[in-house]
Amino acid sequence: MWKKKQKSNEDYYLASQWTLMGRKLKKHKLAKLSMLILLILYLGALFADFLAPYSLDEFDALYKNSAPSKIHWTHEGEFIGPHVYKLEKTIDRTDFSVKITEDTSEYYKINFFVHGSEYKILGLIPCDIHLFGVSQGSNGGSGAKIMLFGTDALGRDIFSRILLGSRISLTIPFASAIISFFLGVTIGSISGYFGGGVDIVIQRIIEVIGAVPQIPLWMALSAAIPPGISTVKMYFYITIILSFINWTGMARVVRGKFLSLKNEDYVMAARLSGVSTWKIIWKHLVPGFMSYLIVSITLGIPGSIVGETSMSYLGLGIKSPATSWGVLLQEASSVTDVASNPHKLIPIIFVTITVLAFNFLGDGIRDAADPYK
Amino acid sequence: MEENAYKSESIPESAPKKTLPEAVGDFFKKDLVQYIIKRLLMFIPTLFLISVLVFFVIQLPPGDYVSAHIAALASEGEFVDADYAAQLRADYGLDLPVYEQYFKWVKDIIWTPTDSTYYRLYGSHHNWKYSFAYGRDVWDVVDDRLGLTILVTAIIMIFQYAVSLPIAVYASTHQYSVGDYVSSIIGFLGAAIPNFILAIVLMYLSYKWTGNANVGLFSQEMLQNGVHLYNFGDFLKRMIIPIIVIGTSGTCGIIRSVRAQMLDEVGRQYTLTARAKGVPERTIIMKYCFRAAINPTVSGLGGVLSSLFSGSTVTAMVLNMQIQGPVLFKALQAQDMYLAGAIVMVQAVLVVIGILFSDIALAFLDPRIRYSGGGR
Repeated sequence: MWKKKQKSNEDYYLASQWTLMGRKLKKHKLAKLSMLILLILYLGALFADFLAPYSLDEFDALYKNSAPSKIHWTHEGEFIGPHVYKLEKTIDRTDFSVKITEDTSEYYKINFFVHGSEYKILGLIPCDIHLFGVSQGSNGGSGAKIMLFGTDALGRDIFSRILLGSRISLTIPFASAIISFFLGVTIGSISGYFGGGVDIVIQRIIEVIGAVPQIPLWMALSAAIPPGISTVKMYFYITIILSFINWTGMARVVRGKFLSLKNEDYVMAARLSGVSTWKIIWKHLVPGFMSYLIVSITLGIPGSIVGETSMSYLGLGIKSPATSWGVLLQEASSVTDVASNPHKLIPIIFVTITVLAFNFLGDGIRDAADPYK
Repeated sequence: MEENAYKSESIPESAPKKTLPEAVGDFFKKDLVQYIIKRLLMFIPTLFLISVLVFFVIQLPPGDYVSAHIAALASEGEFVDADYAAQLRADYGLDLPVYEQYFKWVKDIIWTPTDSTYYRLYGSHHNWKYSFAYGRDVWDVVDDRLGLTILVTAIIMIFQYAVSLPIAVYASTHQYSVGDYVSSIIGFLGAAIPNFILAIVLMYLSYKWTGNANVGLFSQEMLQNGVHLYNFGDFLKRMIIPIIVIGTSGTCGIIRSVRAQMLDEVGRQYTLTARAKGVPERTIIMKYCFRAAINPTVSGLGGVLSSLFSGSTVTAMVLNMQIQGPVLFKALQAQDMYLAGAIVMVQAVLVVIGILFSDIALAFLDPRIRYSGGGR
């Protein structure tokens, strides 16, 4: 018993900073839940082709602006499992209004592992199996579709597009946050550590970049990138360039911390023992305020996810048929859209959940990284 | 979330025993005037660099207003010959090299020319050159909406701080309580939902519940009679949706950073000492912890201003607000470069002034901060 306790104490005292953080993080329920959600979302993005019943360029004019497919369980009073009905267009002869109704004469069972459009698993292995979908009707008919979250104005499945769009919405903001993190820490630490003329010049540059609004920068950059490259690539370029602008906030904070930390005894000791400047910065100073840095990364990612939606609203981001969550929300950009097709707001749920998950994860890490608690 | 750079340690020393007016008087006497003069002088290189960057960014897209204009005419089936285009470019000075255009632009900003081509062409003094799309002086167009833009931004900013600071203090003193979680989630939701979606949904709800979508900042009646005291209430009512939409997107950041800072401060030894000495909890929180915790928020003031200008553009387009954002967007689209440049410059100047104010406020919050050398 006593030995066991001693062992656990030993573990505690010998544990590295990261191990301790990991342990505390495990106790933070909300952070754990957020991690799980993010894991699911990222796996969803990785296997989007398989999970999505339709590909990016499949559309069906019959299903324009249609509400989510109703999934039925019983057909003519008889239980036959989950199935959908085909939609049918009828024209009212009296006032020539078009009505879309379900054609209940024939049912289409929802099957798993059905053949659909071709894709490559992880970009390598060609395959055409999708997790679920509808194939043949009970009387051998075809043409029914399953639209879990309804369709957009061109009759494309929103569920598939959310999954396929998450590949962009979940990765490019991440890359941008990481790049601006490294730039911010590097430039901020140089500014704070060396001080003097270097500091003054860097601070003026930060002030200048921070003062110029983002929208002109976006517009100029997206117009200046040569035409002819794919929109995804263009968006990637813009994000990278923007992260070269976004580092300023981080740099200011890092500089402030360095100004106060560089005179600490342990830095002096390291310097006297001949440790290189680069190593002092990354090994001795940066870990001192790791909690803040991690939080600002986890807060920076949702910031750029939301930013992407605004840019798509202005028509500056990705353009169809390539898609992202922001592009999907463009469909909900007027009151009439929202009023007549509320299902077009579904992508917002994904944006919100992702942003919340990142924020709560950041919160959990902050609490875990706080060495005094 | 910026940390003030001049602070060496976050443990406040005991505050000097002075009444507030005395402290303010002292503060202004000592080095503030000198400091402000120094900073105002520093505006010159900063604004010069900003103007270069702005001009460069605006010139970055290929083509110019004339080519955009000709393309627009061509799409309507009108043919424009090359001579006419060249003539237009010469009239507007667009045929000059970029650096020459830049210097002419800066010259115009500094002093208004009376003998320019524009004067001869259009018979008016050109302030900051000519807006092609509007056919008016740039400053005329900017001035139209400048006052309202500043008013709206100021109202939203006051709302942001008035809402987020009390919530942050509450959340930090009641960590992991229900109130903490609820305020966190509401704050996060405000940041997570894109502005334009929130604006549309609120407009829809407002239409459903009150029968009025509250679009635009002015009613028909206000546009005819102007805003007076008796209809100012209506104006404020129309501000509700913009305030909620633009305001909530920023409150989250403020709540999070102040809460985190407060949590750090509450755990420090001086708090324990004060508590042991029997200082009332309220005084500890408000006078010591809050004062120290608000520091990064105050130094981030300039950044908040800049993000308000950018963030309000999309909202203003959705809600049809008569502020500068949409004008800037259209000017950039049409390559109406002098107008776009002027608006960006005005916003940048406001941001730089905001940074100056935030630095002054910082010194006031933390008496140890000395901007002039020595005296540490």
